[in-house]
Amino acid sequence: MSESQVKPPLPYSARDVVLPGDASCHGCPIPIALKVLSAVFGEKMILVIPACCTSVIVGTYPGQSLKASIIHVPFASAAAVASGVAQALKMRGISDVQVVAWAGDGGTADIGMATVSGAAERNEDIFYIMYDNEAYMNTGIQRSSSTPRGAWTTTTPILGKGENKKDVAKVLIAHNVPYVATASIGYPHDLYSKLQRAKNIHGFKYIQIHAPCPTGWRFDPKYTVKIAKLAVETGFWILYEYYNGKLIISGPSRPLLDSSKRKPIEEYLKLQGRFRTITPEIINSINEYIESNWSWIKKLM
Amino acid sequence: MVKIKEPENNVKLPLSRPIIGVAGKTGLWRTMRPIVNNEKCTSCFQCEIYCPVNVIRVEPKLGVTIDYDYCKGCGICEDVCPRSAIIMIPEIGE
Repeated sequence: MSESQVKPPLPYSARDVVLPGDASCHGCPIPIALKVLSAVFGEKMILVIPACCTSVIVGTYPGQSLKASIIHVPFASAAAVASGVAQALKMRGISDVQVVAWAGDGGTADIGMATVSGAAERNEDIFYIMYDNEAYMNTGIQRSSSTPRGAWTTTTPILGKGENKKDVAKVLIAHNVPYVATASIGYPHDLYSKLQRAKNIHGFKYIQIHAPCPTGWRFDPKYTVKIAKLAVETGFWILYEYYNGKLIISGPSRPLLDSSKRKPIEEYLKLQGRFRTITPEIINSINEYIESNWSWIKKLM
Repeated sequence: MVKIKEPENNVKLPLSRPIIGVAGKTGLWRTMRPIVNNEKCTSCFQCEIYCPVNVIRVEPKLGVTIDYDYCKGCGICEDVCPRSAIIMIPEIGE
């Protein structure tokens, strides 16, 4: 490749902002997502991070592992602080810096739900990104409302969680915000194009990134990307975008509208230790849950 | 990144600065070491895109280099490589 040619944004733009030597576990999906985020915004972003794995990963004083501005905030307040920062930037006339609230599923689906809903209702000009590792991983794998049915956690130790996953993307679509999308760390180019599209939209933008956690889901760290891809290929996690009142299914999920093209859900479950004690009845109910999600998608298309 | 002006009277603001290796030399965590066979490599960039520690650099002319000071040895690069050009061997120390 000659120097004059335009280099592709991934991986070249993702090289400089996420620095090596952060405090994440082996095979952590969060820095992969942060790399894609940095490929879009570079250093021109202000990350608002509540208590979650990422606040540990980027490190504490005197160092941080990201070449971007970071504000660490208390748990429930990520969307509220991001709203305030966005308003302050607007008052000072700074338009080239993007405010990104970056929270886990506990900080969004459970504890931060009130401020997320408030910021969405006010239609603040911020990104809200929820990386969904499906439990409170940072504090020791407790059940969150985003944990799927049948999954082992330290607070659902014997039978696994009995309820289905809360779908926060659906909640945000009901708020009628300008942009809602789901993404996966298994498909960085898909996430990149979604961030690029959302960048030009004024208002509240919500992206939910499916992020398999080797420590909490009990699998070998090297399968992080494989499991993220399997979640999409089995139809368990559906990649879509919602803007202008329409839902558009993204490339990797589009062929799976036909249920015969989906891989069996057992392929996804058997790799993870958290589903070790799962019974055939719960597998059936997960299949029904997947089918009901797809029929909801078909209605909105 | 927003540049913040330091106060003049040598007061150090309690602000974090970006540094490489905020958790120390994370290469010491490694139990398996990734080894690249550059003859098999086709420069598809999969390992670099998915590397969670951002230590893999693929240069089409020079091949793949890995910064072993910070590589945690998670093995994602081995799993995503479509040509099996990266293999993991047990770490035996320097």
